[in-house]
Amino acid sequence: MFSTLRRLALLGTGMALLSGCSVSPWVAPYERHYLADPIMAFEMDPVAAGYMNHVYEAREAARGAEGGSGGGCGCN
Amino acid sequence: MYHSYSGGGVTIDGPSILVRKNVGNSVSLSANYYVDMISGASIDVEATASPYSEQRDEYSLGADYLVDKTTVSIGYTNSSENDYQAETVAFGISQAFFGELSTLDMRVSFGNDDVFRNGDPDFAADAQHRRYAVNWNQILTTKLIAELSVETVADEGFLNNPYRTVRYADPASALGFSYQPEIYPTTRNSDAVALRAKYRLPYRAAIRAEYRRYADSWGVEADNIEFRYTHPLREQDEWILEGKLRFYQQDAADFYSDLFPYRDATNFRARDKELSNFSDISIGIGVAYVLPERWSLFDRKNTINFYWDHILFEYDDFRDVTVHNPENTIAPGEEPGYSFGANVIRLFWSVRL
Repeated sequence: MFSTLRRLALLGTGMALLSGCSVSPWVAPYERHYLADPIMAFEMDPVAAGYMNHVYEAREAARGAEGGSGGGCGCN
Repeated sequence: MYHSYSGGGVTIDGPSILVRKNVGNSVSLSANYYVDMISGASIDVEATASPYSEQRDEYSLGADYLVDKTTVSIGYTNSSENDYQAETVAFGISQAFFGELSTLDMRVSFGNDDVFRNGDPDFAADAQHRRYAVNWNQILTTKLIAELSVETVADEGFLNNPYRTVRYADPASALGFSYQPEIYPTTRNSDAVALRAKYRLPYRAAIRAEYRRYADSWGVEADNIEFRYTHPLREQDEWILEGKLRFYQQDAADFYSDLFPYRDATNFRARDKELSNFSDISIGIGVAYVLPERWSLFDRKNTINFYWDHILFEYDDFRDVTVHNPENTIAPGEEPGYSFGANVIRLFWSVRL
């Protein structure tokens, strides 16, 4: 439990430090039209993606780190 | 949404309805009702019990609160079956910064399960699950976006299946083996790290790649890699096609065995095929169609979506015990490895309010 929290804290601190190294945002808001396209979303529909993660989690031992769409269902 | 999983003798399907409502400019509420209707007989059931059917109902409530570039979210989920009750609460915070090039998302959830066994009123057990997840989403170029996800899960309590058994060599039995209940450790800690990226091609289409590495305190190690291709057919988004290919491989838990040498051979024992050495391959296709305005509800963008995935599972050391019959004399441990294909269907109507 403790080591988990410590790992998360270390990760967060590392990322914060990394972001501090950069100079300024290199992709301006008006340059993001490609990224704003719905086809560029990691998941077009988070609910449907969550279902697929649920299927994988039920049939495979691995779990977690599915990203924004999340996973897990509070079931076994 | 209608969802269906069919494979290995089991069919699980049902509806799912999600309603999301914005309240003012900064609060979004959601409610989800989800049903799994389970019927059939998996390979485990076929070997040791009779086919069954049951239903799992899941209710979720969630709220997101947006303040400036921070989103705070809370959620509650309740899942119930006739022999399993689960409650989960979740809390998340997401912060966009650095000119909104980066988004850091942190989530924790706590789950509490009550486990029962049908036909045995004296049996009751519980389990707790804690999940800690961090996602770092980063715009890298005008056409490339990446995400790093890390998640730790800690389980404690009754983690095995109260019905499942392991088999052991038993010369006194006619088939040469017998069954006894499985026993798992009462704690399990796992870590998973995933890196995914999405790239916009020179024409209007996108590719996505993902790699995940997983390890846990039961000795399971797993990797998976996935590729997707998204291709809209017209500039107006009327049709969006998607293709997917995914490979998964895992090493068994330390206490897994297809055939234990004798009864009570080890302190912990499992013969759950999900804890064995195996690999699977998924192939998926999907299509989203934006309905013309005259068909659309609430004067909003309506889409109809259909996804079909086929998953082929190949087990290295989970053997198919259903091959035994009076006409053959296959020795225990010499049965062919089990394998099966599953079809997963997602069909849904989505209205963006």
